[in-house]
Amino acid sequence: SKTHESIVGRIDTLLLGKKQIDADTLEELEEILITADMGVKTTVELIRTLEQRLKRNELQDGEALKKALKDEITARLSQHTTALDVNAASPYVILVIGVNGVGKTTTIGKLAAKFRSEGKKVLLAAGDTFRAAAAEQLEVWGNRVGADVVRHKEGSDPSAVVFDACKAALARNSDILLIDTAGRLHTKVNLMEEMKKIRRVLEREIPGAPHETMLILDAATGQNAISQAKLFKEAAQVSGVVLTKLDGTAKGGIVVAVSHEFAIPVRYIGVGEGVDDLREFDPLQFVEAIF
Amino acid sequence: MFESLSDKLDLVFKKLRGHGVMTEENIKDALREVRLALLEADVNFKVVKDFVERVREKAVGTQVLQSLSPGQQVVKIVHDELVSLMGGGEDNSLDLAAKPPVAIMMVGLQGAGKTTTCGKLARYLKAQRRKPLMVPADVYRPAAIEQLKTLGRQLSIEVYDSQADQKPLDICRNALKYAELSGFDTVIFDTAGRHQIDEYLMDELVHIRDAVDPREILFVADAMTGQEAVNVAAGFDERLGITGVVLTKLDGDAKGGAALSIKAVSGKPVKFVGLGEKLDALEVFHADRLVSRILGMGDVLTLIEKA
Ligand SMILES: Nc1nc2c(ncn2[C@@H]2O[C@H](COP(=O)(O)OP(=O)(O)OP(=O)(O)O)[C@@H](O)[C@H]2O)c(=O)[nH]1
Ligand SMILES: Nc1nc2c(ncn2[C@@H]2O[C@H](COP(=O)(O)OP(=O)(O)OP(=O)(O)O)[C@@H](O)[C@H]2O)c(=O)[nH]1
Ligand SMILES: [Mg+2]
Ligand SMILES: [Mg+2]
Repeated sequence: SKTHESIVGRIDTLLLGKKQIDADTLEELEEILITADMGVKTTVELIRTLEQRLKRNELQDGEALKKALKDEITARLSQHTTALDVNAASPYVILVIGVNGVGKTTTIGKLAAKFRSEGKKVLLAAGDTFRAAAAEQLEVWGNRVGADVVRHKEGSDPSAVVFDACKAALARNSDILLIDTAGRLHTKVNLMEEMKKIRRVLEREIPGAPHETMLILDAATGQNAISQAKLFKEAAQVSGVVLTKLDGTAKGGIVVAVSHEFAIPVRYIGVGEGVDDLREFDPLQFVEAIF
Repeated sequence: MFESLSDKLDLVFKKLRGHGVMTEENIKDALREVRLALLEADVNFKVVKDFVERVREKAVGTQVLQSLSPGQQVVKIVHDELVSLMGGGEDNSLDLAAKPPVAIMMVGLQGAGKTTTCGKLARYLKAQRRKPLMVPADVYRPAAIEQLKTLGRQLSIEVYDSQADQKPLDICRNALKYAELSGFDTVIFDTAGRHQIDEYLMDELVHIRDAVDPREILFVADAMTGQEAVNVAAGFDERLGITGVVLTKLDGDAKGGAALSIKAVSGKPVKFVGLGEKLDALEVFHADRLVSRILGMGDVLTLIEKA
């Protein structure tokens, strides 16, 4: 059906035989970007850049226009690409945060599997003491990948879990400590305060921790991801993003704005619910998949 | 933080106040603002396109009122059209008019809020003196069954005792029989999250549907969903024939425009909204509230109602 048509198909149809690029073409391109959740602001910026390049006669035909568009988007994503260096500290502490249901716990499971396969000793902290069976969920992952889990009873103080996990990571010489947290909407002041408290405990117990504060974003999320990134960054100094659920039909275009506007690198993408469904983020591949 | 649409439109219409009619020419910029506001609220671009066209037809030729600024007047037209698109005034109550035990199926993408909404619905039904049974039919996500069992304990509502090594279809079949024998009048089936393009898992839902003959198949959608909401909802609707929508996580600052898209493509009413993680955070859906939220209007509404 029409809605399932790929964007490249649509751009090709759009540009087929159009040697001259007119305003209508640009307007349609604008719509195509918006469909990928690129966001109104980024889309308008991108189109404006293309318009300027058109005026300077840099773009002669549809092919050139398409390539220019891809390059512009890739450039925005490639500006911030520092890789995660988990050997920089021991234990290397990763705090995983995000709104409800985006894939925090699952991503921790996948990351743990990855680090385990690299021969590292991994410890997981069940910092979500609120959601029903959240700790059990993390324990299943821990068993699956061969990582210990520090947990308390449901309803207990998450910073107490994190405190114990720090002690355990130091005592057991863990290479990596991954901290799961409860899903929280970025607008909830008390929950954001709770997260800051977790951070403070980490800072106090392990020098330099958290070495990475990872914000998880769901590829199906629209404009709200901007607000999530803004408020989580303000509260917790987000240092990396993981984009999950890219195995569905959503394009996840909103990370372009998130990464560009807030200068946060995208570290990984999630492409399924299995233990191996985690990939390094590759801006070029990502952009190709959008088109 | 957000400038409301009506403020923006007032700027557009600075000169038109209190005289003349709206013409193609003088509402062009206003409609552009409407379009942008809807896109920024995550309404699907095709839905926006059709919608803006309808507003144009309505607006052109309209006399500018003395009592409202032209901006407010366009907002009024947009508001009324959106409420009607959203099914304002239509019956969106839960349909349980079938021989008990009445089955309700929860379906949707991963992490949308299905399991939590099962608990909320069960609580809501219990308060209406019904006797619900919750059935965990998600054998894939780690500890999904335990999650629903925990909610059941919190609510003192029975949860069917399924195990992760059983087949979802068998669980659902047996649970329905059990409900019948044990005098439950409503059975809420929690299913695993899945993508609408996952053939195998979508087939599984179809088989469950055919086995339990649900009166309601509720598509659970995250209010933060972007442009893909249309394809996801259409995918679920085509395969299963959904009967309604639950819009979750509306307690944040997401505008929830995806709900408009879902209604526009499926025609199915939004029945409930989720407004928090706690089990009492469920409300019956009101079209006008969602529309005000999308348009970022507070006091404008009262003004408009007076006009
Ligand atoms: N298809 C797909 N599903 C995913 C991916 N990542 C996570 N999920 C699924 O998304 C759902 C939510 O994942 P969780 O890891 O529980 O999310 P969370 O952020 O920990 O959720 P809360 O703790 O409740 O806030 C589960 O059904 C996961 O299996 C992914 O990359 N692809
Ligand atoms: N803030 C808020 N959180 C919600 C709401 N509804 C559900 N959640 C949260 O969203 C997350 C996912 O909810 P679940 O009920 O596990 O979602 P699900 O659709 O069953 O997920 P899967 O079974 O993994 O596909 C949990 O953290 C819930 O607490 C809501 O209305 N508001
Ligand atoms: Mg979790
Ligand atoms: Mg569930």
